[in-house]
Amino acid sequence: MCLGIPGEIVEITDSEKKLALVDVSGVKRPVNIACIVDDEHPVESCIGDWVLVHVGFAMSRIDANEAKITLDLLNELGEAQAEVEAMQASGQ
Amino acid sequence: MKYVDEFRDPDKARALVHEIESLAQQLDITRQRPLQLMEFCGGHTHTIFRYGIEQMLPDSIELVHGPGCPVCVLPMGRVDDCVALAERPNVIFTTFGDAMRVPGSRKSLLQAKADGADIRMVYSPLDALDLANNNPDKEVIFFALGFETTMPSTALTVLQAEQDNINNFSLFCNHITTVPTIKAILDSPDMQIDGFLAPGHVSMVVGERPFDFVAETYEKPIVVTGFEPLDILQSIWMLLKQLKENRHDVENQYARIVPADGNAAGLDALSKVFELREFFEWRGLGSIDHSGVKMRDDYAQYDAERKFSVPNLKIADPKSCQCGEVLKGTIRPWECKVFGTQCTTETPMGALMVSTEGACAAYYNFGNLDELLNKRNQKSQLSAASA
Repeated sequence: MCLGIPGEIVEITDSEKKLALVDVSGVKRPVNIACIVDDEHPVESCIGDWVLVHVGFAMSRIDANEAKITLDLLNELGEAQAEVEAMQASGQ
Repeated sequence: MKYVDEFRDPDKARALVHEIESLAQQLDITRQRPLQLMEFCGGHTHTIFRYGIEQMLPDSIELVHGPGCPVCVLPMGRVDDCVALAERPNVIFTTFGDAMRVPGSRKSLLQAKADGADIRMVYSPLDALDLANNNPDKEVIFFALGFETTMPSTALTVLQAEQDNINNFSLFCNHITTVPTIKAILDSPDMQIDGFLAPGHVSMVVGERPFDFVAETYEKPIVVTGFEPLDILQSIWMLLKQLKENRHDVENQYARIVPADGNAAGLDALSKVFELREFFEWRGLGSIDHSGVKMRDDYAQYDAERKFSVPNLKIADPKSCQCGEVLKGTIRPWECKVFGTQCTTETPMGALMVSTEGACAAYYNFGNLDELLNKRNQKSQLSAASA
Protein backbone atom coordinates (compact mmCIF):
# COMPACT_ATOMS: atom_id res chain seq x y z
CA MET A 1 0.00 0.00 0.00
CA CYS A 2 2.92 2.35 0.64
CA LEU A 3 4.72 1.68 -2.63
CA GLY A 4 3.53 3.74 -5.55
CA ILE A 5 3.82 2.98 -9.22
CA PRO A 6 4.67 5.42 -12.02
CA GLY A 7 2.17 6.00 -14.80
CA GLU A 8 1.29 8.49 -17.53
CA ILE A 9 -1.90 10.54 -17.52
CA VAL A 10 -3.58 9.80 -20.87
CA GLU A 11 -7.07 11.25 -20.53
CA ILE A 12 -9.10 13.53 -18.25
CA THR A 13 -12.38 11.73 -17.54
CA ASP A 14 -14.04 14.13 -15.08
CA SER A 15 -12.63 17.61 -14.88
CA GLU A 16 -14.79 18.67 -11.93
CA LYS A 17 -13.96 15.61 -9.79
CA LYS A 18 -10.36 15.71 -11.03
CA LEU A 19 -10.44 12.18 -12.36
CA ALA A 20 -8.09 10.95 -15.09
CA LEU A 21 -7.15 7.75 -16.84
CA VAL A 22 -3.58 6.78 -16.04
CA ASP A 23 -1.62 4.25 -18.06
CA VAL A 24 0.41 2.09 -15.67
CA SER A 25 2.52 -0.42 -17.62
CA GLY A 26 -0.20 -0.72 -20.27
CA VAL A 27 -3.08 -1.00 -17.79
CA LYS A 28 -5.41 2.01 -17.75
CA ARG A 29 -7.16 2.86 -14.52
CA PRO A 30 -9.15 5.84 -13.24
CA VAL A 31 -7.03 7.90 -10.86
CA ASN A 32 -7.82 10.95 -8.78
CA ILE A 33 -5.38 13.75 -9.64
CA ALA A 34 -6.50 16.37 -7.06
CA CYS A 35 -3.11 16.30 -5.31
CA ILE A 36 -1.10 17.29 -8.39
CA VAL A 37 -3.42 19.98 -9.73
CA ASP A 38 -2.72 23.62 -8.83
CA ASP A 39 -2.77 27.08 -10.44
CA GLU A 40 0.36 26.26 -12.39
CA HIS A 41 -0.99 22.87 -13.50
CA PRO A 42 -4.71 23.10 -14.35
CA VAL A 43 -6.50 19.79 -14.86
CA GLU A 44 -6.50 19.82 -18.67
CA SER A 45 -2.75 20.52 -18.84
CA CYS A 46 -1.92 17.28 -16.97
CA ILE A 47 -2.24 14.96 -19.99
CA GLY A 48 1.15 13.46 -20.77
CA ASP A 49 2.47 14.06 -17.25
CA TRP A 50 4.19 11.18 -15.45
CA VAL A 51 2.90 10.71 -11.93
CA LEU A 52 3.39 8.36 -9.01
CA VAL A 53 0.12 6.57 -8.26
CA HIS A 54 -0.75 5.41 -4.73
CA VAL A 55 -4.02 3.59 -3.96
CA GLY A 56 -5.83 5.28 -6.84
CA PHE A 57 -4.45 8.79 -6.30
CA ALA A 58 -1.69 10.56 -8.20
CA MET A 59 0.42 11.77 -5.28
CA SER A 60 3.37 13.36 -7.05
CA ARG A 61 4.34 14.60 -10.49
CA ILE A 62 7.62 12.91 -11.36
CA ASP A 63 10.27 15.55 -11.86
CA ALA A 64 12.15 14.37 -14.96
CA ASN A 65 14.88 16.92 -14.37
CA GLU A 66 15.56 15.71 -10.80
CA ALA A 67 15.52 12.10 -12.03
CA LYS A 68 18.17 13.04 -14.58
CA ILE A 69 20.35 14.78 -11.98
CA THR A 70 20.28 11.67 -9.76
CA LEU A 71 21.05 9.35 -12.68
CA ASP A 72 23.85 11.62 -13.95
CA LEU A 73 25.48 11.51 -10.52
CA LEU A 74 25.19 7.73 -10.44
CA ASN A 75 26.67 7.58 -13.96
CA GLU A 76 29.61 9.73 -12.91
CA LEU A 77 30.31 7.43 -9.95
CA GLY A 78 30.24 4.44 -12.29
CA GLU A 79 32.50 6.13 -14.84
CA ALA A 80 34.98 7.30 -12.21
CA GLN A 81 35.21 3.78 -10.88
CA ALA A 82 35.65 2.29 -14.36
CA GLU A 83 38.50 4.77 -14.87
CA VAL A 84 40.17 3.76 -11.59
CA GLU A 85 39.78 0.09 -12.40
CA ALA A 86 41.30 0.66 -15.84
CA MET A 87 44.24 2.47 -14.24
CA GLN A 88 44.76 -0.36 -11.75
CA ALA A 89 44.47 -3.06 -14.40
CA SER A 90 46.68 -1.21 -16.86
CA GLY A 91 49.81 -3.13 -17.81
CA GLN A 92 48.98 -6.11 -15.57
CA MET B 1 9.33 0.75 -16.79
CA LYS B 2 10.07 4.45 -16.93
CA TYR B 3 11.75 5.88 -13.80
CA VAL B 4 12.13 2.35 -12.40
CA ASP B 5 14.55 0.33 -14.54
CA GLU B 6 17.14 3.12 -14.50
CA PHE B 7 17.31 2.80 -10.71
CA ARG B 8 17.98 -0.95 -10.82
CA ASP B 9 21.16 -0.90 -12.94
CA PRO B 10 23.61 -3.48 -11.47
CA ASP B 11 26.72 -1.67 -12.77
CA LYS B 12 25.76 1.51 -10.99
CA ALA B 13 24.97 -0.51 -7.86
CA ARG B 14 28.49 -1.99 -7.90
CA ALA B 15 30.00 1.48 -8.26
CA LEU B 16 28.00 2.75 -5.29
CA VAL B 17 28.91 -0.25 -3.13
CA HIS B 18 32.55 0.45 -3.94
CA GLU B 19 32.17 4.07 -2.79
CA ILE B 20 30.32 2.93 0.34
CA GLU B 21 33.09 0.45 1.22
CA SER B 22 35.79 3.04 0.89
CA LEU B 23 33.88 5.63 2.96
CA ALA B 24 33.04 3.05 5.64
CA GLN B 25 36.74 2.30 6.08
CA GLN B 26 37.49 5.96 6.69
CA LEU B 27 34.99 6.38 9.55
CA ASP B 28 36.13 6.38 13.18
CA ILE B 29 32.96 4.61 14.36
CA THR B 30 33.53 1.51 12.24
CA ARG B 31 36.85 0.86 13.99
CA GLN B 32 34.97 0.28 17.25
CA ARG B 33 31.65 -1.23 16.16
CA PRO B 34 29.48 -1.70 13.11
CA LEU B 35 27.68 1.40 11.93
CA GLN B 36 23.90 1.16 12.51
CA LEU B 37 21.61 2.76 9.96
CA MET B 38 17.84 2.51 10.31
CA GLU B 39 15.44 2.35 7.42
CA PHE B 40 12.18 3.42 9.06
CA CYS B 41 9.88 2.39 6.25
CA GLY B 42 8.66 -1.14 5.53
CA GLY B 43 8.81 -0.39 1.81
CA HIS B 44 12.56 0.14 2.15
CA THR B 45 12.87 -3.10 4.15
CA HIS B 46 11.16 -4.90 1.30
CA THR B 47 13.55 -3.46 -1.34
CA ILE B 48 16.57 -4.23 0.86
CA PHE B 49 15.61 -7.91 1.07
CA ARG B 50 14.31 -8.30 -2.44
CA TYR B 51 17.59 -7.08 -3.92
CA GLY B 52 19.91 -8.52 -1.26
CA ILE B 53 21.28 -5.09 -0.36
CA GLU B 54 22.49 -6.23 3.10
CA GLN B 55 24.70 -8.84 1.41
CA MET B 56 26.21 -6.18 -0.85
CA LEU B 57 27.26 -3.97 2.06
CA PRO B 58 30.48 -4.37 4.03
CA ASP B 59 30.21 -6.03 7.49
CA SER B 60 30.93 -2.66 9.07
CA ILE B 61 27.42 -1.45 8.12
CA GLU B 62 24.31 -2.90 9.75
CA LEU B 63 20.80 -2.02 8.65
CA VAL B 64 18.22 -1.85 11.44
CA HIS B 65 14.69 -2.40 10.17
CA GLY B 66 12.33 0.15 11.69
CA PRO B 67 8.65 -0.03 12.59
CA GLY B 68 7.35 1.67 9.44
CA CYS B 69 4.97 -1.04 8.29
CA PRO B 70 1.42 0.02 9.20
CA VAL B 71 0.05 -3.52 9.04
CA CYS B 72 2.85 -4.85 11.28
CA VAL B 73 2.33 -2.37 14.11
CA LEU B 74 -1.44 -2.77 14.23
CA PRO B 75 -2.37 -4.12 17.67
CA MET B 76 -4.42 -7.28 17.86
CA GLY B 77 -7.33 -5.44 19.48
CA ARG B 78 -7.72 -3.29 16.38
CA VAL B 79 -7.95 -6.39 14.17
CA ASP B 80 -10.65 -7.66 16.53
CA ASP B 81 -12.46 -4.33 16.07
CA CYS B 82 -12.30 -4.80 12.29
CA VAL B 83 -13.74 -8.29 12.58
CA ALA B 84 -16.51 -7.03 14.89
CA LEU B 85 -17.41 -4.28 12.40
CA ALA B 86 -17.27 -6.68 9.47
CA GLU B 87 -19.54 -9.19 11.21
CA ARG B 88 -22.29 -6.64 11.78
CA PRO B 89 -25.38 -7.31 9.67
CA ASN B 90 -25.78 -5.19 6.57
CA VAL B 91 -22.12 -4.14 6.47
CA ILE B 92 -19.65 -4.37 3.59
CA PHE B 93 -16.20 -4.08 5.15
CA THR B 94 -13.48 -2.97 2.74
CA THR B 95 -9.73 -3.13 3.23
CA PHE B 96 -6.38 -3.09 1.48
CA GLY B 97 -5.28 -6.67 0.82
CA ASP B 98 -2.27 -6.40 3.19
CA ALA B 99 -4.51 -6.39 6.26
CA MET B 100 -6.51 -9.51 5.43
CA ARG B 101 -4.23 -12.08 7.07
CA VAL B 102 -3.17 -10.21 10.23
CA PRO B 103 -4.19 -12.44 13.16
CA GLY B 104 -6.74 -11.11 15.64
CA SER B 105 -7.40 -12.75 19.00
CA ARG B 106 -10.37 -14.65 17.53
CA LYS B 107 -9.70 -14.58 13.81
CA SER B 108 -8.23 -12.64 10.92
CA LEU B 109 -10.34 -10.75 8.38
CA LEU B 110 -9.65 -13.58 5.95
CA GLN B 111 -11.14 -16.11 8.39
CA ALA B 112 -14.08 -13.80 9.08
CA LYS B 113 -14.70 -13.64 5.33
CA ALA B 114 -14.60 -17.43 5.10
CA ASP B 115 -17.14 -17.52 7.96
CA GLY B 116 -19.53 -15.42 5.88
CA ALA B 117 -18.79 -11.76 6.66
CA ASP B 118 -18.96 -9.49 3.60
CA ILE B 119 -15.34 -8.38 3.44
CA ARG B 120 -13.88 -7.08 0.21
CA MET B 121 -10.35 -6.21 -0.75
CA VAL B 122 -10.06 -2.90 -2.55
CA TYR B 123 -7.14 -1.25 -4.30
CA SER B 124 -8.30 2.27 -3.48
CA PRO B 125 -10.61 3.95 -0.93
CA LEU B 126 -12.38 5.38 -4.01
CA ASP B 127 -13.38 1.81 -4.93
CA ALA B 128 -14.95 1.50 -1.47
CA LEU B 129 -16.86 4.73 -2.06
CA ASP B 130 -18.11 3.33 -5.39
CA LEU B 131 -19.36 0.25 -3.52
CA ALA B 132 -21.26 2.52 -1.13
CA ASN B 133 -22.75 4.42 -4.06
CA ASN B 134 -23.82 1.19 -5.76
CA ASN B 135 -25.20 -0.43 -2.58
CA PRO B 136 -27.31 2.29 -0.94
CA ASP B 137 -29.00 -0.21 1.40
CA LYS B 138 -25.65 -1.35 2.85
CA GLU B 139 -23.20 0.35 5.20
CA VAL B 140 -19.75 0.38 3.57
CA ILE B 141 -16.83 0.73 6.00
CA PHE B 142 -13.31 1.36 4.75
CA PHE B 143 -10.41 0.27 6.96
CA ALA B 144 -8.19 3.37 6.72
CA LEU B 145 -4.65 2.32 7.39
CA GLY B 146 -1.20 3.68 6.79
CA PHE B 147 1.13 6.56 7.56
CA GLU B 148 0.86 10.05 6.03
CA THR B 149 1.34 8.46 2.59
CA THR B 150 -2.23 7.18 2.45
CA MET B 151 -3.90 9.88 4.60
CA PRO B 152 -4.61 12.32 1.73
CA SER B 153 -6.33 9.57 -0.27
CA THR B 154 -8.70 8.61 2.53
CA ALA B 155 -9.29 12.27 3.42
CA LEU B 156 -10.12 13.13 -0.20
CA THR B 157 -12.44 10.12 -0.37
CA VAL B 158 -14.36 11.38 2.68
CA LEU B 159 -14.57 14.86 1.12
CA GLN B 160 -15.87 13.25 -2.07
CA ALA B 161 -18.49 11.30 -0.06
CA GLU B 162 -19.61 14.57 1.51
CA GLN B 163 -19.80 16.31 -1.86
CA ASP B 164 -21.76 13.45 -3.44
CA ASN B 165 -24.01 13.17 -0.40
CA ILE B 166 -23.15 9.50 0.14
CA ASN B 167 -24.16 8.73 3.72
CA ASN B 168 -23.66 4.97 3.91
CA PHE B 169 -19.86 5.28 3.80
CA SER B 170 -17.51 5.53 6.78
CA LEU B 171 -13.86 5.09 7.75
CA PHE B 172 -12.47 2.94 10.52
CA CYS B 173 -9.54 5.28 11.00
CA ASN B 174 -6.23 3.71 12.02
CA HIS B 175 -3.84 6.12 10.35
CA ILE B 176 -0.57 6.62 12.18
CA THR B 177 2.04 9.38 12.11
CA THR B 178 5.74 9.14 11.44
CA VAL B 179 7.43 11.91 13.39
CA PRO B 180 6.33 10.98 16.96
CA THR B 181 7.38 7.42 16.23
CA ILE B 182 10.87 8.33 15.04
CA LYS B 183 11.13 10.53 18.12
CA ALA B 184 10.10 7.61 20.36
CA ILE B 185 12.85 5.49 18.78
CA LEU B 186 15.43 8.27 19.27
CA ASP B 187 14.36 8.64 22.92
CA SER B 188 14.61 4.95 23.75
CA PRO B 189 17.54 4.35 26.12
CA ASP B 190 19.20 1.52 24.18
CA MET B 191 19.11 3.50 20.92
CA GLN B 192 22.33 3.36 18.95
CA ILE B 193 21.34 4.45 15.45
CA ASP B 194 23.94 6.49 13.57
CA GLY B 195 21.73 7.67 10.73
CA PHE B 196 18.28 7.32 9.19
CA LEU B 197 16.82 6.63 5.79
CA ALA B 198 13.64 8.72 5.92
CA PRO B 199 10.48 7.30 4.34
CA GLY B 200 10.24 8.62 0.77
CA HIS B 201 6.51 8.50 0.29
CA VAL B 202 5.63 9.93 3.70
CA SER B 203 8.00 12.78 2.79
CA MET B 204 6.25 13.18 -0.56
CA VAL B 205 3.20 14.26 1.48
CA VAL B 206 4.75 16.05 4.48
CA GLY B 207 7.97 17.36 2.86
CA GLU B 208 11.47 17.41 4.33
CA ARG B 209 11.03 19.91 7.16
CA PRO B 210 9.25 17.60 9.67
CA PHE B 211 12.54 15.65 9.91
CA ASP B 212 14.61 18.70 10.88
CA PHE B 213 14.46 17.68 14.56
CA VAL B 214 16.41 14.49 13.82
CA ALA B 215 19.32 16.55 12.48
CA GLU B 216 19.02 19.55 14.77
CA THR B 217 17.95 18.15 18.15
CA TYR B 218 19.31 14.61 17.96
CA GLU B 219 22.26 15.48 15.69
CA LYS B 220 21.77 12.46 13.43
CA PRO B 221 22.06 12.55 9.63
CA ILE B 222 18.87 11.67 7.77
CA VAL B 223 18.28 11.21 4.05
CA VAL B 224 14.87 11.11 2.34
CA THR B 225 15.11 7.93 0.26
CA GLY B 226 13.42 6.38 -2.76
CA PHE B 227 12.42 2.75 -3.16
CA GLU B 228 14.60 1.32 -5.91
CA PRO B 229 17.85 -0.46 -5.01
CA LEU B 230 20.03 2.39 -6.32
CA ASP B 231 18.01 4.88 -4.27
CA ILE B 232 18.78 2.94 -1.09
CA LEU B 233 22.47 2.51 -1.91
CA GLN B 234 22.85 6.16 -2.85
CA SER B 235 21.20 7.25 0.40
CA ILE B 236 23.50 5.00 2.45
CA TRP B 237 26.41 6.61 0.62
CA MET B 238 25.00 10.08 1.41
CA LEU B 239 24.65 9.16 5.12
CA LEU B 240 28.25 7.94 5.20
CA LYS B 241 29.45 11.13 3.54
CA GLN B 242 27.68 13.19 6.19
CA LEU B 243 29.23 11.10 8.96
CA LYS B 244 32.67 11.42 7.35
CA GLU B 245 32.28 15.20 7.16
CA ASN B 246 30.84 15.38 10.71
CA ARG B 247 27.59 16.78 9.40
CA HIS B 248 24.02 16.00 10.43
CA ASP B 249 21.61 17.41 7.89
CA VAL B 250 18.31 16.50 6.28
CA GLU B 251 19.13 15.60 2.68
CA ASN B 252 16.82 14.51 -0.12
CA GLN B 253 17.94 11.69 -2.40
CA TYR B 254 14.41 11.29 -3.80
CA ALA B 255 13.93 14.77 -5.26
CA ARG B 256 12.32 13.34 -8.40
CA ILE B 257 9.27 12.56 -6.24
CA VAL B 258 9.66 14.56 -3.02
CA PRO B 259 9.33 18.36 -3.18
CA ALA B 260 10.91 20.10 -0.16
CA ASP B 261 7.52 21.34 1.02
CA GLY B 262 5.56 18.15 0.37
CA ASN B 263 2.13 18.11 -1.23
CA ALA B 264 0.02 21.17 -0.42
CA ALA B 265 -3.32 19.79 -1.67
CA GLY B 266 -2.78 16.50 0.18
CA LEU B 267 -1.82 18.23 3.44
CA ASP B 268 -4.80 20.52 3.13
CA ALA B 269 -7.21 17.59 2.71
CA LEU B 270 -5.79 15.58 5.59
CA SER B 271 -5.81 18.49 8.03
CA LYS B 272 -9.41 19.22 7.07
CA VAL B 273 -10.58 15.70 7.91
CA PHE B 274 -8.16 14.43 10.57
CA GLU B 275 -6.74 15.63 13.87
CA LEU B 276 -4.12 14.09 16.16
CA ARG B 277 -5.16 11.53 18.74
CA GLU B 278 -3.71 12.01 22.20
CA PHE B 279 -2.00 8.66 21.85
CA PHE B 280 -2.14 5.54 19.75
CA GLU B 281 -1.34 1.98 20.74
CA TRP B 282 1.29 0.18 18.63
CA ARG B 283 1.97 -3.51 18.52
CA GLY B 284 5.26 -4.13 20.28
CA LEU B 285 6.01 -0.47 20.97
CA GLY B 286 3.12 0.29 23.33
CA SER B 287 1.40 3.64 23.46
CA ILE B 288 3.07 6.59 21.70
CA ASP B 289 1.79 10.14 22.22
CA HIS B 290 0.20 11.82 19.19
CA SER B 291 1.17 8.92 16.94
CA GLY B 292 -2.22 8.49 15.32
CA VAL B 293 -5.05 10.56 13.90
CA LYS B 294 -8.83 10.47 14.33
CA MET B 295 -11.60 12.14 12.37
CA ARG B 296 -12.58 15.68 13.26
CA ASP B 297 -16.05 16.30 14.75
CA ASP B 298 -17.18 17.88 11.48
CA TYR B 299 -16.82 14.47 9.83
CA ALA B 300 -18.25 12.40 12.70
CA GLN B 301 -20.93 10.95 10.40
CA TYR B 302 -18.16 9.31 8.35
CA ASP B 303 -16.39 7.92 11.43
CA ALA B 304 -17.12 4.21 11.91
CA GLU B 305 -15.92 4.43 15.53
CA ARG B 306 -18.72 6.87 16.32
CA LYS B 307 -21.31 5.49 13.92
CA PHE B 308 -21.13 1.91 15.23
CA SER B 309 -20.09 0.52 18.56
CA VAL B 310 -16.51 -0.72 18.37
CA PRO B 311 -15.33 -3.05 21.17
CA ASN B 312 -11.91 -1.31 21.37
CA LEU B 313 -10.43 -3.90 23.72
CA LYS B 314 -6.72 -4.11 24.45
CA ILE B 315 -5.46 -7.58 23.62
CA ALA B 316 -1.96 -8.71 24.58
CA ASP B 317 0.16 -10.31 21.85
CA PRO B 318 0.87 -14.06 22.18
CA LYS B 319 3.58 -14.58 24.83
CA SER B 320 5.96 -16.41 22.53
CA CYS B 321 5.77 -13.61 19.96
CA GLN B 322 8.73 -11.22 20.01
CA CYS B 323 7.51 -8.71 17.41
CA GLY B 324 8.09 -5.83 19.84
CA GLU B 325 11.76 -6.62 20.37
CA VAL B 326 12.25 -7.01 16.63
CA LEU B 327 10.51 -3.67 15.97
CA LYS B 328 12.79 -1.90 18.44
CA GLY B 329 15.83 -3.56 16.89
CA THR B 330 16.82 -5.33 20.16
CA ILE B 331 16.76 -8.71 18.43
CA ARG B 332 17.00 -9.70 14.79
CA PRO B 333 13.90 -11.40 13.29
CA TRP B 334 15.57 -14.84 13.14
CA GLU B 335 16.49 -14.61 16.83
CA CYS B 336 12.80 -14.72 17.81
CA LYS B 337 11.90 -18.02 19.51
CA VAL B 338 9.13 -18.88 17.06
CA PHE B 339 10.61 -17.50 13.80
CA GLY B 340 10.44 -20.02 10.98
CA THR B 341 9.03 -22.78 13.19
CA GLN B 342 5.64 -21.90 14.74
CA CYS B 343 5.56 -18.55 12.95
CA THR B 344 5.83 -18.71 9.16
CA THR B 345 4.31 -16.75 6.28
CA GLU B 346 1.73 -19.56 5.86
CA THR B 347 0.80 -19.55 9.57
CA PRO B 348 1.87 -16.16 10.92
CA MET B 349 1.65 -15.57 14.67
CA GLY B 350 2.95 -12.04 14.65
CA ALA B 351 2.18 -9.21 12.29
CA LEU B 352 5.80 -8.88 11.17
CA MET B 353 5.40 -12.23 9.42
CA VAL B 354 2.19 -11.20 7.66
CA SER B 355 2.98 -8.19 5.53
CA THR B 356 5.44 -8.36 2.65
CA GLU B 357 6.88 -5.22 4.21
CA GLY B 358 7.43 -6.88 7.60
CA ALA B 359 11.00 -7.63 8.61
CA CYS B 360 10.25 -11.24 9.60
CA ALA B 361 8.46 -12.05 6.33
CA ALA B 362 11.38 -10.48 4.45
CA TYR B 363 13.92 -12.71 6.24
CA TYR B 364 11.64 -15.72 5.84
CA ASN B 365 11.03 -15.18 2.11
CA PHE B 366 14.43 -13.96 1.02
CA GLY B 367 16.86 -15.35 3.61
CA ASN B 368 18.37 -18.82 3.86
CA LEU B 369 16.00 -20.34 6.41
CA ASP B 370 18.20 -23.31 7.45
CA GLU B 371 21.17 -21.05 7.94
CA LEU B 372 19.14 -18.56 10.01
CA LEU B 373 17.66 -21.30 12.21
CA ASN B 374 21.14 -22.75 12.77
CA LYS B 375 22.41 -19.34 13.73
CA ARG B 376 19.56 -18.99 16.23
CA ASN B 377 20.25 -22.41 17.76
CA GLN B 378 23.95 -21.68 18.09
CA LYS B 379 23.17 -18.37 19.74
CA SER B 380 20.75 -19.90 22.25
CA GLN B 381 23.25 -22.68 23.04
CA LEU B 382 25.91 -20.05 23.65
CA SER B 383 23.71 -18.04 25.97
CA ALA B 384 22.65 -21.24 27.79
CA ALA B 385 26.31 -22.17 28.25
CA SER B 386 27.24 -18.76 29.58
CA ALA B 387 24.25 -18.64 31.97
